[in-house]
Amino acid sequence: MTSPLDLDERSSKPEDGPVLGKQTDAAASGPSRLVSALLRVGLLPVLLIAGVVIFASIEPRFLTPLNGTNIGRQLSFLLIITMAQMLVLVIAEIDMSVGSTIALTSVVSSTVMVKTGGDGAKPVLFGVLAGLAVGLAIGLINGVIVARFRVPSFIVTIGSGAVAFGLALILSSGSPITGLPKTFTTALGNSSIGTVPLSLVIALVVFGLLYLLLNWTTAGRYFYAVGGGENAARLVGVPVFRSKVLAFVLCSTLTSLAGILLTARVSSGEPNLGGQYVILSIAAAVLGGTSFFGGEGRLSMVAIGALFLVVLSNGMNLIRVSSYTQQVVLGVLLVSAVVIDRLRRRTTR
Amino acid sequence: MNHHEEGVVLRAERITKRYLGVKALDGVSFDLRRGEIHALLGENGAGKSTLIKAISGSVQQDEGTIVINGRELGALTPTSAAAHGVGTVFQEMSLVGALSIAENIYLAHEQRRAGLLDKNRMLAGAKEALARIGVDLDPRTKVAGLSRAQKQLVEIARVLHRKSDILILDEPTASLSLAETRRLFEIITNLRERGIGIIYISHRLAEIKELADRVTVLRDGQKIGTIDAAGVTDDKLVEMMSGRTLEKLYPRIDARPGKVRLRVSGLSGPLLKDVSFEVAAGEIVGLAGLVGSGKSEIGRACFGLEPVDGGTVEIDGKVLSKPSPKRAMAQGMIYYPADRHAEGLVTTATLRENITLPSIAAGTTSRFGIVNRRAGTALTSEVIKALAVKPADPGRSILGFSGGNQQKALLARSFAKSFPVHVFDEPTVGIDIGAKTDVYAYMNKLCEQGAAVVLISSDTEEILGMSHRIYAVREGRVVADLRGDELNEENVVRAFFGSRDASVTSGSVHRDQSA
Repeated sequence: MTSPLDLDERSSKPEDGPVLGKQTDAAASGPSRLVSALLRVGLLPVLLIAGVVIFASIEPRFLTPLNGTNIGRQLSFLLIITMAQMLVLVIAEIDMSVGSTIALTSVVSSTVMVKTGGDGAKPVLFGVLAGLAVGLAIGLINGVIVARFRVPSFIVTIGSGAVAFGLALILSSGSPITGLPKTFTTALGNSSIGTVPLSLVIALVVFGLLYLLLNWTTAGRYFYAVGGGENAARLVGVPVFRSKVLAFVLCSTLTSLAGILLTARVSSGEPNLGGQYVILSIAAAVLGGTSFFGGEGRLSMVAIGALFLVVLSNGMNLIRVSSYTQQVVLGVLLVSAVVIDRLRRRTTR
Repeated sequence: MNHHEEGVVLRAERITKRYLGVKALDGVSFDLRRGEIHALLGENGAGKSTLIKAISGSVQQDEGTIVINGRELGALTPTSAAAHGVGTVFQEMSLVGALSIAENIYLAHEQRRAGLLDKNRMLAGAKEALARIGVDLDPRTKVAGLSRAQKQLVEIARVLHRKSDILILDEPTASLSLAETRRLFEIITNLRERGIGIIYISHRLAEIKELADRVTVLRDGQKIGTIDAAGVTDDKLVEMMSGRTLEKLYPRIDARPGKVRLRVSGLSGPLLKDVSFEVAAGEIVGLAGLVGSGKSEIGRACFGLEPVDGGTVEIDGKVLSKPSPKRAMAQGMIYYPADRHAEGLVTTATLRENITLPSIAAGTTSRFGIVNRRAGTALTSEVIKALAVKPADPGRSILGFSGGNQQKALLARSFAKSFPVHVFDEPTVGIDIGAKTDVYAYMNKLCEQGAAVVLISSDTEEILGMSHRIYAVREGRVVADLRGDELNEENVVRAFFGSRDASVTSGSVHRDQSA
């Protein structure tokens, strides 16, 4: 019971909270005082806290350890995919194919596991490697086409997504692939360390590695440079082509990792898995202050964006908000986040 | 056969570059000595930028070679040019706004320790790089928040930090204030003392005469000659560049002022303070001032592009209420914006589409929402002929034209209907002398036909050469009203810097009548 109190206290001094974007120097003036205060503090922590308080007060089950594990597990998938999407958003591109990447990964890895047969580590290893290879291939194709031919990633990834989804349907004949090794479904799908699901541990490891990549390596610095000013970056010798391809490859490969974890969770290879993650990952990344226009984005804020969406959907499920209504809420949030991004850029210029 | 000449740090030999079969550079040779400022001069399209692009490796020449410090290198890439000490400060800024100053200084040259970025070392290095040219900025500041001048200084710091001994500056003062320009000159001359060879590109003759040791003039992709800058005259340079003389550049006609057509009284806003002036039929009136003085905002406010919180604009005696472009045009005022690409043209469209759009909007080549293509075609040929647009190719994308011809396409909006008031905002920035004369001739024609013409310009030579009267603008105010004998450079510059004493003692500068 300490956590909600903690959160409550923090909400009384929001200026200490994380910011949605960078600090603005523009003084609050006139009618835009509230708006600029929100822009400074960031809407997201406020929304997250409000969500937690509201759900906890309506539905006591929200704060139980069991639900905590639930949220943790749901978070792990979205967190990985959102961080993956963020890499591509930072280079001022977008990946609309993450949903289909999950589907194809699920089908391919399941097929490989079932074909290999047995119940030991061998089929699992083969399946996981095959799944990651799917992501690698999709990312390579997306990245090379976008970087080489300078075509909008929006279109390229919608196209490649359609191809991947089609392949998933062909390979699976449209139905789930069952009979996956027990080792796979229990170890990856259901085990946990203490009360923390294994998948969340994996997501947090990915978080750590990406944090290092983005903030402490040249590759990460080049992502921001390419997204913030591609021509400028090229002129000073930043390997623009390589950076773009790398961002897409990392994005799709990480998405495949999430796809494998999801497959283990549902215990079958599903060609219809993952479709909702396109809008969810973009919404979470943009809510977390990743600029839709490239060059800006903080991994920790993106993680909070993912957490917010998971808490929101979990809470709305618990208080029985229909999934139809949830769609509406999600759409409104996504558009608001982009509008706020735009406003923020205007006030900081 | 080329002996390694003493002091020559870079030599470009017989460089030829073709674009789509057209020679942008035709066998041009050029050399740069250690510790000299070598100006590169020429009209737009003369080949200056192609030459520096070849030297900095961002384009590769078709023929010829580049020799740096005695080593023949052939064609360069950005990386190899940088490795041989060529540092370029491009006109289009090559900084990434989303990154900090330090991150930009080290971009693509990051320092690492154990595979990870060594941020402390880079921060210290960046601080040192800024200090070396006397710039007081926190290297952690995001570049997006810097002024243009500051960005330019950061670029110079970066280039020098990379141990460049050849520095290329492409129109570095184009958007700097006078104080910033002075500061930049100090830095540049200081670098010369330290033995760095500097290639300096500018359109401003005064700068070149002040800074340069030698001048190389290009015209139509060919080298006209290299001369010592000491004692060179403007006439000589203009003649080399264009083959014409200076007087012919500004074809001023006599003013025959008639009734007042534009009257601005007490116009105020965030950037304007109680601005009043008037312009009569048959005269060209200059609004002169430094960059950022507010002169451009005056024109924009009249046209409804800047917020206004007081004052009136009258056109032919009728008050323009709530100025907006649509209302201003309906009442007879047309404004030609300074930024051709951002506000003047539809850059994805063809010449014809750009020429006809204003008249379609005004309803002269459209009716009931239907575009009259035949009238549009007729209008297009009329504009091409009247303004001497070259090449006369209506279907070509507007970006396929030189800056001067794009400017002419922008002026086509005056053909939509007959306007009594024309406001030109920096109409000749970045266009070559040939196109300039065409623009001036058009302004004169409008004036002769009885229009009131306002010329807003930062180019003192131009504004003195073209205007019948001048209002000087400083800090959003009209600070002087110059006419007749008072129209000379001294008075204008004095008004720019606002030594009020001087203006009183000289007795030649009127205070704004409304004051």
